[in-house]
Amino acid sequence: MFEVRIHSRGGEGGVTAARLLAIAAIRDGKYASACPFYGAERRGAPVVSFVRIDDRPVRVYSQIRTPDLVVVLDASLVGVVDVLSGLKAGGTILINSAHTREFAGYRTCSVDLTGIALRENLIMAGSPILDTSVLGALARIGIISQNSAKKAITEVFTDERNVRAADAAYREVVI
Amino acid sequence: MLKGTSACAGCSSSLSLRYVLKGAGPDTVLVIPASCSSVIQGIYPNTALNIPVYNIAFAAAAACASGMSNAFRAVGKKTNVIVYAGDGGTLDIGIQSMSGAFERGTDFLYICYDNEEYGNTGMQRSGSTPLGARTTTTPAGKTDEKKDIDAIITAHDPPYLATACSAYPQDLFKKVKKALAIRGPAFIHILVPCPSGWRFPPEKTIEIGRLAVKSGMWILYEREYGRLAISSPSKAAMKNPIPLENYLAPQGRFAGISPKALDILKQRITQKIQRLTEEEKGIC
Amino acid sequence: MLMVATGNRAVAEAVREAKPVVIAAYPITPQTGIVEQIAEYVSHGVLLSRYIPVESEHSAMAACIGASATGARTFTATSSQGLLYMHEMTNWAAGARLPVVMANVNRALGPGWNIWAEHTDAIQERDTGWLQVYTGTVQEAYDTTLMAFCIAEHNDVLLPVMVNLDGFLLSHDMQPLETVDCGDFIPPLHLPHAIDPQNPIAYGPLTGPDQYYKFRWDIERSMRDSVNVIGQTQAEFARRFGRKYGFTDDYRCDDADAVVVSLGTLGKEAEVAIDALRSEGIKAGSMRVRWLRPFPKLDLAGREVVVIDRDYSFGFGGVLAHEIKAKNHIDVCSVIAGLGGQEVTYDDIAGFIKNRRIGEESWFGVTPGV
Repeated sequence: MFEVRIHSRGGEGGVTAARLLAIAAIRDGKYASACPFYGAERRGAPVVSFVRIDDRPVRVYSQIRTPDLVVVLDASLVGVVDVLSGLKAGGTILINSAHTREFAGYRTCSVDLTGIALRENLIMAGSPILDTSVLGALARIGIISQNSAKKAITEVFTDERNVRAADAAYREVVI
Repeated sequence: MLKGTSACAGCSSSLSLRYVLKGAGPDTVLVIPASCSSVIQGIYPNTALNIPVYNIAFAAAAACASGMSNAFRAVGKKTNVIVYAGDGGTLDIGIQSMSGAFERGTDFLYICYDNEEYGNTGMQRSGSTPLGARTTTTPAGKTDEKKDIDAIITAHDPPYLATACSAYPQDLFKKVKKALAIRGPAFIHILVPCPSGWRFPPEKTIEIGRLAVKSGMWILYEREYGRLAISSPSKAAMKNPIPLENYLAPQGRFAGISPKALDILKQRITQKIQRLTEEEKGIC
Repeated sequence: MLMVATGNRAVAEAVREAKPVVIAAYPITPQTGIVEQIAEYVSHGVLLSRYIPVESEHSAMAACIGASATGARTFTATSSQGLLYMHEMTNWAAGARLPVVMANVNRALGPGWNIWAEHTDAIQERDTGWLQVYTGTVQEAYDTTLMAFCIAEHNDVLLPVMVNLDGFLLSHDMQPLETVDCGDFIPPLHLPHAIDPQNPIAYGPLTGPDQYYKFRWDIERSMRDSVNVIGQTQAEFARRFGRKYGFTDDYRCDDADAVVVSLGTLGKEAEVAIDALRSEGIKAGSMRVRWLRPFPKLDLAGREVVVIDRDYSFGFGGVLAHEIKAKNHIDVCSVIAGLGGQEVTYDDIAGFIKNRRIGEESWFGVTPGV
C-alpha cells in the first residue's frame, strides 16, 4: 500500500487534491481511498488529507502515520507543522515552491504550482488553484499515469486550464 | 363525526369539530396531536369519526401534516389535510413545527381549538390562558398574559387566517369552506369554552362563547391575503361591548380576579378593538 | 458506473435510484452532504421527489411519518443530536408500521461538542422497533441503502430501517463506488394501511391495556420475520448485482481461535489487524456485525471473543459486548475504543486481540496496558 499525506491550508484545495489523486489511481486500475482529517479548521488553518493506493481494496480508516509521500501545497507550513513526521526513510516529499529545496534523507521534488496557476490565471476567490496542477507533478513522480491524471481532472472540472496547468507541472517539476 | 364521542358534557371543541368536518367534506384527513381530541375521538377499536384520523405526537402535528400534504399533492390528490390541535399543541409545544409548516407554505388547514388551558391533562395553565384565570398550576390566577398566536401566525403572512368561536357555527362553517378553497397554509383559531376547566355548568357552553364575543374578549375576524374583515357577530360587539364582568362572572376560573388584572384585561380589549378597527379601515 | 464517492454521496446516489416520493430532512454535521446532494438532485429534476426542508429533525421524522402514512416512499438522514431530537418520532414511525428509510451518520453526543464517529447515537435507538444496519465501506453504504427500501417496505416487515455509517470515517471517505441501475429490484410500495378517505380508519387512537400489547407483539413478530426478508433481499441483491452481504461480515473466522467483533469501519480496520496476526501465526478472525436489529445469531462457539464497542451504556458496559454475552451465553473481552472519533489503528486492534482478558472490560487509552 502506498500512502500519501497532503499538507495544505484550509481553502487551498488539499481535500480536492486528495480526491483527484484517488480518482486518478482508480482510473489506473488500482484501489484507492482519500480522506481529509476533519477538525474544526477554518480557512487558512493547516489541514492534512490522506490518500491510500493499493492493488486490493483499502480497508484502513485510521490516519496515515508513516507516509511514503508527503505533498506540501503551501511551503509556509514548513516549520509550522512537522511535514516530515513519520515520512518513511528514503520517502518522497513534493513541495510547492518557486525554488528547489532539500530535505536531508528524502527525495525532494519541487514545483512552482503557485506560479503555474498565476500564469494560467487559475485563480478562485483570490487564491491560486493548486489542487489540479499538483496531479501533473504526481504523475511525473510516477504515482499515477499522466493519462489518468488528466482523466481525473476532466471528470471533476470542465475548465481546460486545469489540464494545461497539470501538464506544466508535469514538465516543470524538479526531481 | 358520529354520535357517542367520549367528550365531557358541554364540550364545545367536539361541537366545533363537528362543524369543521361538515365544512370540509369526506375527502379529508385529520391530524390530531396529543390533546382532548385524542380522547374525544374514541378508544380503539371504536372511533367517533368517519374520516381518516391520524394521531401524532404532541409537537409534531404540523410537520406530520406537511409530509402528508406533500405526499398527496405529489400524486395529484386534493385531499384536505386538517390539523386539529389544542392551544398547547399550537402555541406552546407545537409552535416550532407549526411555524415551520407555515413558513414552507404547506397546503393545509391548521385549526387551533383554544380552551385556554391544558385540558386533557386536567386544566393546567397554557400560554393561551388569560391573565387572572385560575388553573391547577396557577391556583392564584395567571400572572402572565395570553400569548397572541394570531399575531405570530400573521407574521408568517399566510393566505388565510381567521378566528371563530364554537358559539357561532355558521361563521365557523363558512370560514372552514373558505380556508380549504385557498391553496397554501390557512389558520383558524377557534375559542372553545370548556365547562370542566372554566368552571361553568355544561348547558351554558354556547352562552359563554357568545359572551366572550359580545364583551370583545374574543373577536371574530378573517384576514384573507392580508386584508382584514371583521365578522358580523363581532361588528356590533366592537361598537358597543357588554361589560367584561358579564363574561367573567359565570366562570369559576375568574373568581376573585384582582382589580389590577381585570383592569389590564379591559385595557387589552379596548386596544384590540381599536387596532382591528383601524386595520380594517386601512389606517395602520 | 465506477465513480469515486464519499459515503454520504453513496447514500444520496442510492436514494436517487430508490426514488422516494417525499424526503424531509434537517442538516447536521457530518450528514449534511447527503441532504445537500439530494436537494441538488431534486432542484435539477434528476430526482422527482418532494424535498421538505423542515425546521428540525423532530419535524423531519414527523413529515416522513405523515407522507409514509399515505403510502408514499420516504427517506430522511440525520446524525447524533439530530437522531436524539427525533427520538420521540422514531418510536412513532415504528409503532405506526411505516417503512421510513433513514441514513444515520454515527457521531458522538454532546457535551462537549464532538462531531466525530461514535455509535452511541444509534445504540440509543435500538429499542424503538427500527431495523438497524451498520456499514463498513462506501460501496456497502450504497448497496445497503438500496436494500433497506426493499426490506422496510416488504409486507412481512413494514418497519423503518436505519442505515448507519461512521461519521467522517465513512461519510467523508472517498472510495470507489459501483452504482447500479436497480431496475425493479425495489418493488413499488403497497402500504396495506395507507390513508384512504374512502375507507376511513383511526390511526393510533387511544388504545387500552387490553389491546396495546397486541400491537407491541405485532412489531416483534415482524422484527422476527424480517430475518428472512433480510436474507432473501441480500441473496437477491447478490444474484442481480454480484455483491454478497450477510448479517455479519466474517473475515478469516473459520479456523480462528480468537474473533474480534465490532460495528462499522472498525470491522474493516480489524481485517488488516487479522492479516498481521495471521502472519505471526496467531489464528484470529474478524466478525463485523452488520445488522444490530434484528440481532443476528453469531457463530462464536469455541472461540475467545474480543468485542470492540464504539459506544457505552453508563453503569453497565459496552452494548455490543453485553448483547453478545447475553445472546450467546459466553463471556467476552470487552474493549471500549473509538469514542468521539478516538483514533484506533489496526495495530491497536491487533493489540486488543493479543492482550485479551476474557471477562474483563477495558477502555482504550484509560485502562493501563490497553
